[in-house]
Formats: sequence, C-alpha cells, structure tokens
Amino acid sequence: MLYRENGQFKTTYRADQQVFPIAQDRIAIGLLLAFAIVVVPLVAPEYLFRAILIPFLILALAALGLNILVGYCGQISLGTGAFMAVGAYAAYNFQVRIEGMPLIASLLLGGVCATAVGVLFGIPSLRIKGLYLAVATLAAQFFVDWAFLRVKWFTNESSSGSVSVAGLKVFGLSIESPVQKYLFCLAFLIVFGVIAKNLVRGHIGREWMAIRDMDVAAEVIGIRPVYAKLSAFAVSSFMVGVAGALWGFVHLGSWEPAAFSIDRSFQLLFMVIIGGLGSIMGSFFGAAFIVVLPIVLDNLPYWFDIPIDTALASHLTFMIFGSLIVFFLIVEPHGIARLWSTGKEKLRLWPFPH
Amino acid sequence: MGFLIETVISGLMTGMLYSLVALGFVLIFKASGVFNFAQGAMVLFAALAMARFAEWAPAHLGFDSKLLANLLGFVGAMLVMVAAAWLIERLVLGKLVNQEGITLLMATLGITYFLEGFGQTIFGNDIYNIDIGLPKDPVFLFESVFQGGVLVNKEDLYAALIAAAMVTLLSMFFQYTSTGRALRAVADDHQAAQSIGIPLNRIWVIVWSVAGFTALVAGIIWGSKLGVQFSLSLVALKALPVVILGGLTSVPGAIVGGLIIGVGEKVSEVYIGPSIGGGIEIWFGYVLVLFVLLVRPQGLFGEKIIDRV
Repeated sequence: MLYRENGQFKTTYRADQQVFPIAQDRIAIGLLLAFAIVVVPLVAPEYLFRAILIPFLILALAALGLNILVGYCGQISLGTGAFMAVGAYAAYNFQVRIEGMPLIASLLLGGVCATAVGVLFGIPSLRIKGLYLAVATLAAQFFVDWAFLRVKWFTNESSSGSVSVAGLKVFGLSIESPVQKYLFCLAFLIVFGVIAKNLVRGHIGREWMAIRDMDVAAEVIGIRPVYAKLSAFAVSSFMVGVAGALWGFVHLGSWEPAAFSIDRSFQLLFMVIIGGLGSIMGSFFGAAFIVVLPIVLDNLPYWFDIPIDTALASHLTFMIFGSLIVFFLIVEPHGIARLWSTGKEKLRLWPFPH
Repeated sequence: MGFLIETVISGLMTGMLYSLVALGFVLIFKASGVFNFAQGAMVLFAALAMARFAEWAPAHLGFDSKLLANLLGFVGAMLVMVAAAWLIERLVLGKLVNQEGITLLMATLGITYFLEGFGQTIFGNDIYNIDIGLPKDPVFLFESVFQGGVLVNKEDLYAALIAAAMVTLLSMFFQYTSTGRALRAVADDHQAAQSIGIPLNRIWVIVWSVAGFTALVAGIIWGSKLGVQFSLSLVALKALPVVILGGLTSVPGAIVGGLIIGVGEKVSEVYIGPSIGGGIEIWFGYVLVLFVLLVRPQGLFGEKIIDRV
C-alpha cells in the first residue's frame, strides 16, 4: 500500500529523468545510506566488518566495474583479477617509491595504471568477439600473475615476493580500526556507484549498450566501436583497479599475486552474473551473495553442531556452492536484479494485480 | 641440434596431450554451443573414478590381475561419466536451452565446482596412482645421426600414440557412423537437425558421454604421468588456448593447436625463458593465441564468423 507512485506528477524533464523517479525509492535509498553510514558502524561487531562488510564493499566496487564491461558493453572478460592486481601493485609502488604520497592519490593512480593495462588488453576486443575474447583476456590474467611473481621491480625487490603496507592515513586521520576501514571503503563505493549510475544512463552508456546488443548495427548508426569498447574497458578497469588497490591496502594489508588469481576473476564474474548483467543494483546483490554464501556454508556445521571433517566440509562447500550457482542460473538467468524488479512491480500493483 | 630436437619432440608429446583435453571442449561446443569449462573437472573426476575403481575392484572381488582391475576400473569410470553426462543434460543444460553463451559458461563453472567437490568427497582427496603398465624408461633415438642421440621418454611416446589413436577413432566415429552424422547435423544447425527428427536431448547426452570418454582417456594418461590429484583439473586451463588457437569448432584444429602450443611452450621456455625470469610456460600459449586471433579472429581452422545486421 505504501509503494505507490500515483499523485507524484512530473512537471519537468529533470524530474522525470532523475535516478530514482519514485519518491519512495528516494526515501528508501536515503534510509539505507544513513543506516550504512551511521547505524552499522555503531552496532556491528568487529568480526562482521573483517569477514563480510569490508570484503563486500571492495568486491562490490570491482563487480560494479566488471558489470560495466560485461553487462553494459557485452565484452566478456576473465582477466578482472589481473586488473585488480595491477591496481594494487601500482598503488603500492606509488606509495613506497614516492615520499609523502597521499593515500587516495596512490589508490587512484593505481586505478589509472589498471586503466592503461585494461585498454591495452582491450584492443583485441575490436577484432575478437564473445568466447574467443574471454579466453584472450585470460592472457592478461596469466601474464600479469607471472609478471608480479617474477619481475622483482614491481614488488620493490622484496625477498619473500609478498608486499605490505602499513600506517594508512587520509587527511591526517589514520585508517586502522575496522570501522574506519569500513567507512573509507564505503565512501569509495558510494562515489563510484554514483559515477557508474550516471555514466550508464548517459550518452556513453547508451553507446555501450548499443554495442552490446549488436555491434554491427551500432556501427551502422554511427557509434564508433573503437571509442565505445575501449572507453568501456577503460572505465571498467579503472574501477576494478581501485578496488584491487583497496583490497590490497585496506583489506589484506600484505599480499602476493595469489590474492588476485584466476579464481578471483571467476568470483567476480559470478557476482555480475548472479547479481544481474547490466544492472548497477545487481552488482551489489551479486557481491553480497557471493561474499556471504561461502561463509554461511563454512559455518553451517558449527551452528548446528554437526561434527564434520574439515576436508569433507570444504568439499561439501564446493558442491553446494556449485549447485546453488547452477540453480540460480536456471531459476533466474537474468540475476537477482530481475527478481528485485519483478518484486517491485508486484508491490506496485498489490493488492489488485491485473 | 640434438637438444633442440629433443625439446621439440617433448613439446609435440605434451601438445598431443593438450589436444586430447581440447578435443572434449570442441566436441561439446560443436554439438551444443556450450563452452564447457568443466572439462578439466571431468578429467579429474574420471581419473579419480578410474584410479579408485581399479583399487577397489581387486580388494572386494578378490582377484589379483592388474589388467582385469584396470579394465574394470575403466568400465566403471566410463559408466560414471555416462551417468554424469545424462544428469548434466537432464538437470542443467536441458533447462538452460536458448540462454546466452555466458550464462551457459557460468553454469559449466558451477558444474566444475560441483564435480571437484563431489569427486573428492566420494573418491577421497589423496594422490592416487593409475598404473596401466606404460614403460617409464627413456630411450635414445637417432644415435647414428647425432652424437648422443635424442632422449625420448617412452611413456610420453606411448601416451602420444594413444592420443593419436583416440583422435583417429573419434574422427572415424564422426565421419562414418549414423550417430556421428547426426552429431554433425546438430553441430551445423540445431533447428534443422531437430526438424528432420534428430532428438536433441539424446544427442547431447551422447556428446557429453563422448566428451566424458576423452576426459577419461586424458585423465588416465595425465594421471599416470603426474598422479591423480586435484591439480589435474587445471589441465583445462592449459587446453583453453589450444581450443581457441585451433578454432572452437574444428577437431583437426584442436590437434594442430595442441601441437603448436606444446612445441612453442617448450621451445620458448628453454630458449627465451631464462633471459626474462623463467616460468613463461604459464602465459605463452595465451599470448600466442592473442596475437593469432588478431590476424584470424576465428582461430586457425574455425568457421569464419560473419556478422549480419
């Protein structure tokens, strides 16, 4: 009964084209933001921050970036882990090699480096399509993994091959406690979320979607594929790179290339597909689902006090995870975002559906 | 010179094994348009089943013949793979008809997770041996031509022979049997095949079973080389560039691609690797493929991709 848009008359184009045209949506998002910024830091226990909330925020940012590439521009990429790694290692090098580099600047510069690598590996997309492109992007994954493992310069000649950062500071405030880390990542996510939403509903987003739906037709009506595809690669790998830098700096603290392996790429692709291709909201849903699911599965035996062998438990987790993925794809191939919009549609008509 | 030939030969043998795994990808992609990421997990699963059945059969039935044990193991593993094929068609692919390629790809990734977990749950997660009696001692060839001759691992040689036999067998199956003809028809055009009365579902079960068979053979060969363990499923990542290089739809492409990548990998590792840090085997195939695709976007032998509006 509450979710109604009747009576909300739009008298200007501005009002009609805003991000959330329905007043109830605006209120809900406002409440959600207030909850995330004010209430969560006050009440959530430390474990929740470390295990779920911080990984969720960072991976949601990466999924957002990937969704722009895969969901909006239709270019399948299996090299997301590599772009995250480039972001993380580039940010690390800026931080270590340049005295007094502000944290935010090195994170963003990490994103810029990831953009460069992303565009470089995006060039083949002008000729290669679909699954061929997916495998071609794996080249980025394996090459970058190898480079950070073997080329000592990238890791600042560290003997163990792993790198670490400590004493993070932003504008004089140190980022040490989980709550501070959470708020720091949240700020990034909100900013990039707003940017992404506005990009995809603007001119450039429409070009991406035209290319996704049929690139030959898009070219015929005057969209330059070079520009559209490479800009999608650039925007996407920038976000993914920043997320990678955050993952290394804020979540892990010290890391090695294995943190950005091919499994990470698959994980992010799962998020995007389970969440919903071509949906900003879907990236968040997908990230939440994929971050929370393994933790729930791992802890299930303890909650119910079932004595179980750890190896067996991990195999069972694999099995259940795999089957749930397949189940979700069968039940809703368009992702959780579609369920969400169907739900909203139902709510608007309730209790008198036609 | 002898050393170069040795490297090339070992590359060719490895390449033959890559193409064996790649063959599974191509078969399934041709017949159902599914890019089957689970091929690696199927190799692991089949090898695990084979190793364990060959171990259990003598223990429970009380006989001592190695050959019989291996034979029973092979048959048992094959039955398991056919059952898996049927279940995959029934529970997963049958319900995802007409979905986009990427959704199907993700579904096979889900199958990968499931098979990896399931295989290790029922068959255990140690390292197991498959011993089908391949001789392990190396032989020297061309001793009269070069000083010292060329060292070749006999096991590799037999493995490559088995792989070559498999490929011939499969090509003949596709070319000369009526089922093979039906498979080719489905590969050409799903709808047209259906309209002349070829049952798609049954064809898919057959194709997945054949892919399961290649997975089993690949699993036996790789397993007897490296031991049956989790890392076996990573062979799929080695076979991916092979499939793409040869072209997703071409059986001969899978073979040629495998040989090219096998040789390229070994030669580059030996001659270029040391100067840039080593371990370049991991990405060599992929980067090679990237450059080949820039010239031929459909791979070396794939069907030309034509876009129409």
